[in-house]
Amino acid sequence: MTDRMTRRTATRMIAGAMGGALAAPLFTGSAAAANPVKVGMMLTTSGVFASSGDIMSRSARLYLKHDAPAILGDHAIELIERDDTGPNPDIAKRLATELITRDRVNFIGGLQWTPNTNAIAPVLTSGRTPGVVMNATGAVTTRLSPYLVRFSQTLWQSCYYMGAWAARNGMQKAYALVTDFSPGHDAEAAFHLGFTESGGEVIEQVRMPIRNPDFTPFLQRVLDAGPDALFCFNPGGPQATTFMRAYAELGLRDRGIRLIGSGYLTSDEELPNMGAAADGVLTSHFYSAAGDRPANRRFADLWQAEYGDVLWNELAIGTWDGMAAICRAVADTNGADDPDAVIESLKSFQTADSPRGSVRIDPETRDIIQNIYIREVRMVDGVPQNIEFETFRDVKDPWKERNPA
Amino acid sequence: MDIVLSILIHSVAFTALLYLISVGLSVTMGLMGFANLAHGVFAMIGGYVAATLITAVHLPWWAAIALAPFIVSVLGVVAERVLYSRLYGKSELDQVLFSIGLLFVASAVAQKLYGPLLIQVPMPAALLEPVRVLGVSTSSYKLVLVATGATVALAVLYALERTTLGAMIRAAVENRAMAEGLGLNTSLLFSGTFALGTGLAALGGAIGAELFPITPAYGFVYLVYFMIVVAIAGLGTVRGAFIASFLVALTSTVSAYFVPEYGTIVLFAAVFLLLLARPQGLFGRLS
Repeated sequence: MTDRMTRRTATRMIAGAMGGALAAPLFTGSAAAANPVKVGMMLTTSGVFASSGDIMSRSARLYLKHDAPAILGDHAIELIERDDTGPNPDIAKRLATELITRDRVNFIGGLQWTPNTNAIAPVLTSGRTPGVVMNATGAVTTRLSPYLVRFSQTLWQSCYYMGAWAARNGMQKAYALVTDFSPGHDAEAAFHLGFTESGGEVIEQVRMPIRNPDFTPFLQRVLDAGPDALFCFNPGGPQATTFMRAYAELGLRDRGIRLIGSGYLTSDEELPNMGAAADGVLTSHFYSAAGDRPANRRFADLWQAEYGDVLWNELAIGTWDGMAAICRAVADTNGADDPDAVIESLKSFQTADSPRGSVRIDPETRDIIQNIYIREVRMVDGVPQNIEFETFRDVKDPWKERNPA
Repeated sequence: MDIVLSILIHSVAFTALLYLISVGLSVTMGLMGFANLAHGVFAMIGGYVAATLITAVHLPWWAAIALAPFIVSVLGVVAERVLYSRLYGKSELDQVLFSIGLLFVASAVAQKLYGPLLIQVPMPAALLEPVRVLGVSTSSYKLVLVATGATVALAVLYALERTTLGAMIRAAVENRAMAEGLGLNTSLLFSGTFALGTGLAALGGAIGAELFPITPAYGFVYLVYFMIVVAIAGLGTVRGAFIASFLVALTSTVSAYFVPEYGTIVLFAAVFLLLLARPQGLFGRLS
């Protein structure tokens, strides 16, 4: 491992550790284009969540390399990456202001976190800068600025349909265990509605502290309650794996308690760490790396050719489609100089061959309409994979359907 | 009854891990009066070293767990001689700033070398299989964890209370000037104790990777638990570190089971009240 530590990487690393926001300009398209269209990418590339920003950055660059040139023609796109260091609304707001006033970006993309995206919404409105949401999942977010368009999902989309599917497929009593932070609350509410509307009963809802070293006592309590299904939402990353291990260790599966959740519970990138402990877990999501679609197989080939063994997950797909929409808008508006024309283009974005299937933007809500897949973790050649086996087609955000503006 | 047993078994496993990592911190803070916030870094390195020994050198899990502490101890001595020793006797602010800086650097280096994701310390699959102990479902991994923690606790207790070396360490903790006056080489003693402390932390980090997963953020994420153990134990007491680890583990397990919504609040409130009543910790002495 140490042989990879050249002096240059060491210097870069020290610069990174000093907390400077690293700008990584990237050009594509013909060299003749004098004024590249600037896309500010607000990502988390340091700290606990650094892997997520890394995936998004890689996906954006992959799109620019392979698919953008054909759409852009003579235009060029320059990515300006900024590190928001995690869910930090104040930093996000400062970065957004700098991107708009100093770097004069035409778009702000990335946008991993709901609190950060919500915080910059007024900045986008007053700066008339389109914000392309590539990950944040809070339902209300796109209502906060007419310049926000979402290409990921709302947590309501996946959790509501998980609940609906579970209740219609033999699970009558569910126990909901979520982490006590805002996405956890969204997941809890969405699951509760989906599950009870389809005739199920949620027997207990518990919120776990966000800094939680040990899941065993929570799961022991679930074991005692004896539901048919345990719905869980946790922040993912290392917590997802420790949770899965504790679930296997306490033997909940042997007592007939099915573990269900949104796709973040068995994220494609964490799944190999979970190993057989995750076998049989049911989740709902808009994308699986194992999805059997031509566009997804192509994406996987491109990714593996470029990045080798580095894994990807839904973050790469939100970014991929977001970049596609940005390139389309640049072409449609001949340079993206008029933000309102850009928003019109983004609002009408649709494609049949996203790696996740067909998607389109709902022009009313500027939120995404897409398939939600029900998946089961199955061992394929000894490697756990999220295998899609049922589809809710072209679903809108259930929260907005029930809470009209 | 099942519940009591289950809570007890899981608390004891958690205790073993907390103790392994924190005891070194307690002793070195007591001995050298050094506010070392970077202690968790050595546990993290222990995890990375063990993972590397298993995946790159193909050692069996047991061997990697046994070897990692020695490698990290050497690193610990180097860090103590080159870095820490410069700050002995400096103000607490200097020490805190230095060690938090070290934490940032170590975290960035770990991320550069191993990437930002969780790194597995792959263990034999048999250890992860559920087993039943007194009717409670747990894994043999946790039993190994408990056995290791108990062995180390007894060994450390014996070494400190029954050997000459232990007497020297205790003497230096009690009154460093007097110990030096009697001809003890405290500088050597410091290095040795630091090596031991970092070695135990590395053992905890490597063997505990299933409970406290190894990521570059390790040193930050679990810092608060190690500090709580040391704070309620009091400085420089190995017995105290053990009891404090157990109290922390028991409190967080019990509160998570009975009042899950207030899990960590219960722990932090209890620590707060305890420190109001006894700022020196349960077993520490006011200096």
